[in-house]
Amino acid sequence: MTFYLALSVLLFCVGLAGVLARRHAIMALIGIELMLNAANINFIAFWRHSSAADDLSGMFWMIFSVAIAAAEAAVGLALVILVFRHRRSVRLDELESLKG
Amino acid sequence: MTGVLDILWLIPALPLLVSAILSLTPARVKGGAAPLSIGALGLGFLIACAALAEAVSDPGQVRAHNFTWFEFGSSAVKIGWVLDPLSALMLVMVTFVAGWIFVFSIGYMSHDENFTRFYCFLSLFTSAMLGVVMSNSLLMLFACWEVMGLASYLLIGFWHHRPSAAAAARKAFIYTRIGDIGFLLGMLWLYAETGTLLLYDNGAGCLEANALTQLAGAAISTGMAASTGIALLLFCGAIGKSGQIPLHVWLPDAMEGPTPVSALIHAATMVAAGVFLMARIHPLSTATASAKPIVTATAPANATAQSAQPAVRMEAAPKSQAHAEAAAKPTEAGGDSTSSPTLTLNVMAWVGALTALLASLVAVAQYDIKRILAYSTVSQLGFMFLGLATGGPAVGVFHLLTHAFFKALLFLGAGSVIHGCHEEQDIRRMGGLWRRMPATFGTYAVGMMALSGVPLLFSGFWSKDEILHSALAWSGSKWPFALGLVAAVATAFYMTRQMAYVFFGPHRGHPAMYEQGHRIPVTQPHESPMVMTLPLGVLAACAILLTVVGTPMWPWLHSVLSGHAPEVRREVSVGVLFAMLISILAAGTGFTAGWICYMRRRASGFNDGDPLQTRIPSIWRCLESRGWIDELYKMSFGIWTAAAGRFCDWLDRIVLGGGVRMIQNAALATAWMGRLWDEFFLNGGFARGCEQTRNSADRASLVQNGQIQRYLRILAGALALVALWIIWK
Amino acid sequence: MEGGFIAMPTDVILWILGGLILISAVMSLALRNLIHCALFLMVCFLGLAGLYLHLNAVFSGLVQALVYVGAVGIILIFAILLTEGGGTETGSHLGSQWRTGIGLAVLLAFALLGAVSNSPQTTQAARHTEEPTVREIGLKLMTDYLLPLQTIGLLLTAAAIGAVVLAMQEPKPRKDETP
Repeated sequence: MTFYLALSVLLFCVGLAGVLARRHAIMALIGIELMLNAANINFIAFWRHSSAADDLSGMFWMIFSVAIAAAEAAVGLALVILVFRHRRSVRLDELESLKG
Repeated sequence: MTGVLDILWLIPALPLLVSAILSLTPARVKGGAAPLSIGALGLGFLIACAALAEAVSDPGQVRAHNFTWFEFGSSAVKIGWVLDPLSALMLVMVTFVAGWIFVFSIGYMSHDENFTRFYCFLSLFTSAMLGVVMSNSLLMLFACWEVMGLASYLLIGFWHHRPSAAAAARKAFIYTRIGDIGFLLGMLWLYAETGTLLLYDNGAGCLEANALTQLAGAAISTGMAASTGIALLLFCGAIGKSGQIPLHVWLPDAMEGPTPVSALIHAATMVAAGVFLMARIHPLSTATASAKPIVTATAPANATAQSAQPAVRMEAAPKSQAHAEAAAKPTEAGGDSTSSPTLTLNVMAWVGALTALLASLVAVAQYDIKRILAYSTVSQLGFMFLGLATGGPAVGVFHLLTHAFFKALLFLGAGSVIHGCHEEQDIRRMGGLWRRMPATFGTYAVGMMALSGVPLLFSGFWSKDEILHSALAWSGSKWPFALGLVAAVATAFYMTRQMAYVFFGPHRGHPAMYEQGHRIPVTQPHESPMVMTLPLGVLAACAILLTVVGTPMWPWLHSVLSGHAPEVRREVSVGVLFAMLISILAAGTGFTAGWICYMRRRASGFNDGDPLQTRIPSIWRCLESRGWIDELYKMSFGIWTAAAGRFCDWLDRIVLGGGVRMIQNAALATAWMGRLWDEFFLNGGFARGCEQTRNSADRASLVQNGQIQRYLRILAGALALVALWIIWK
Repeated sequence: MEGGFIAMPTDVILWILGGLILISAVMSLALRNLIHCALFLMVCFLGLAGLYLHLNAVFSGLVQALVYVGAVGIILIFAILLTEGGGTETGSHLGSQWRTGIGLAVLLAFALLGAVSNSPQTTQAARHTEEPTVREIGLKLMTDYLLPLQTIGLLLTAAAIGAVVLAMQEPKPRKDETP
């Protein structure tokens, strides 16, 4: 159990580091996917070690999470394409329309 | 029994519905307007005929259908409709004449782009008139009366792009409104006295015995009975609506509307409404405090009293006594006819006679074909009031009915002439049309002879003769009769003049038109299409056929309106024959004079002066400018109103305006003080506070640099801190 | 083929899979070439799918392989091709403050690892050693989890429509927009 959780933590932090360090928007999305997968590892691990006998919650959480991740990827990539079409660039540090 | 009464409301409701539908129809949809309107009127005509049959079957009875409109406090306002011979006859006449006018309008208005709107207004107008005729409540009558005023305003100003039409519409509206104020006051007074505005309500209506006795007994300070005051006030409304002196000036101007409108207004509906109103409230005009038994006889539910006794309406109608019953019941009849007429009747007779005379004289000197007819209408309406005052409702209404037919005929004929002559209205530019427009000529001649009173064959003769006869036998004064007689002569004279100008002599149109700068070569005058001549023919037939209901030999109409069964009279009294002789002489004089002046020496060109103009120029000028009545009003009321307006303006500007300016200046000064305080004290502090807030916000916003990765970093740092805190704990 | 993996000693397989996942994850975020990044990401997803299979969650593993490797990976590659043409990034591929970011990530990793090592949950033994059948999962989805399933369906529909609308070629490219 500790192994899965540690693996999940490491994967999550790798994804986070990618999101924080890379400039490219698609790379940020890749990092987010990795973080989601780290969460999925947790769902499966806790399902496997859960106390209820006939409980499939962890598995369904994982499946739904996958579905949400797919939706997020589709919309996120569409946004990236849209941004690229408007500004010819997807560098995250060049996008600062939200500057206060 | 109640069958027809229950569906009587459909008669005005149908045109109203049609009008509502048409008002929502786009202007380019022209197809349905005319059939729909005519269909609604046709259906109304059938119902009206059934109603007439029922009303005539028992003429003494008044069938009324009342219901509560709304209640306030403990009292309720009731309205309803009534079916008696008077309303039934009017319903039949209005639906019939208006229906044929509608048919005529198909041809006359065919080129107008607002065809649908025209029918919408026409239907509204007719609906309002039908409502006036059948309403059993003065309130409902007044409401319909006002709707009619509105519709007439819309119709007279139908070609509102012409300034003259717009002015005429305004004039008509305002002049009738002056009369309506009287109507409204009279109505309120009546309500205050009797507590009801229903005309017939099983003994509780304001035209029934109890209320009349009460009204006649209630004297106001000047010694006049309340009934007299109310009747005079209501008569004001009738004066306005029916174009009597002094409010007659709007009527000739109303000729600016399309000709079918003139026919509708001047023949069947609006002007007849005033006469109808006075006929309706006739018991009120005749009510006297001392005449209780006679007043009782007017209570229409009291059928036995009526059949035994001549109705009270004959109190002022000696002529009807004269036929046969005068000899049989000398005491009662004599008692009635010798009592002097009430003040209301006196006023009515004088106003009517004066109007009849003056309008007919003015008509002699007009050149506009429609204007002649308009003054003729004013004059004939004067005759009707004279008849109402001296002979009771039957006499007046008989003339109203016959006049409706032949005046509608004359107006439609004039419309046909105008249409045929390409919108030319000046009779000096017509002439010789009998050859080119034979159908119009024939029917117009019938109308003209009916109007002038050609004996025996034409309805106008009988109705006018009846009026003259009752005026002759009137117990009040002989002067109205004399005035009416002169008016009758003048009527025959001006109609002969008009016929001579329009239909005989050489055609004088073309050169004059070219002089006026018509660029398009004008074709010859042409006969109007079938859809226009057919109504002319039908109305002409009616103008002749109506004769049969009102001759002294078989006074069907008279009896029905007076509330007893019609009967055939074998003998005709000397008085009647004498009156007939007089009216034949009057008409003959008029014809002869007209013949001498106009037919023998036919005008050959447009600029030929009128024969009378050359002989009596001063009188002619007076008549031609319509007696300077418009100018008189302008000089008197106009100037007063303008002066009052200027005074009010001055008051407004100097006195009130000064006050307003003082307040304004005070407010300004206060405002300046406030502004100084604001700017130097409040704003200083406030602005500094604002600035500080802005500065701190600027500093705070440095965090928000719009870069998503910074946000995410902060988020991650926070997450790490939370995790560390959890471990620490 | 996977049966072979399962037959091997548990710990060894776990360590191999974990190492594969972490290394490919790091590679997918560290390389300059975006296409390579995406490919390493797919390797990482495959490793995760293997992990799920090893944990008796066969259905989850298959879903992972299908959705992530098949769908998300492919659209990632398409997105890369549509934006920068698949080439390497020009200039630095790292953000201006990448050190801070990585430092934060490492800090968080230590914090979470500390939390995990202190957690009492980790001592529980595995119970669900039997893998649920697809039929069982389907029945559950259609009964107990019907509402979440439908919500997810709605979400996916909205996301699909939204993505199409967002990425749709505009009829007129705006010229007033500053690039």
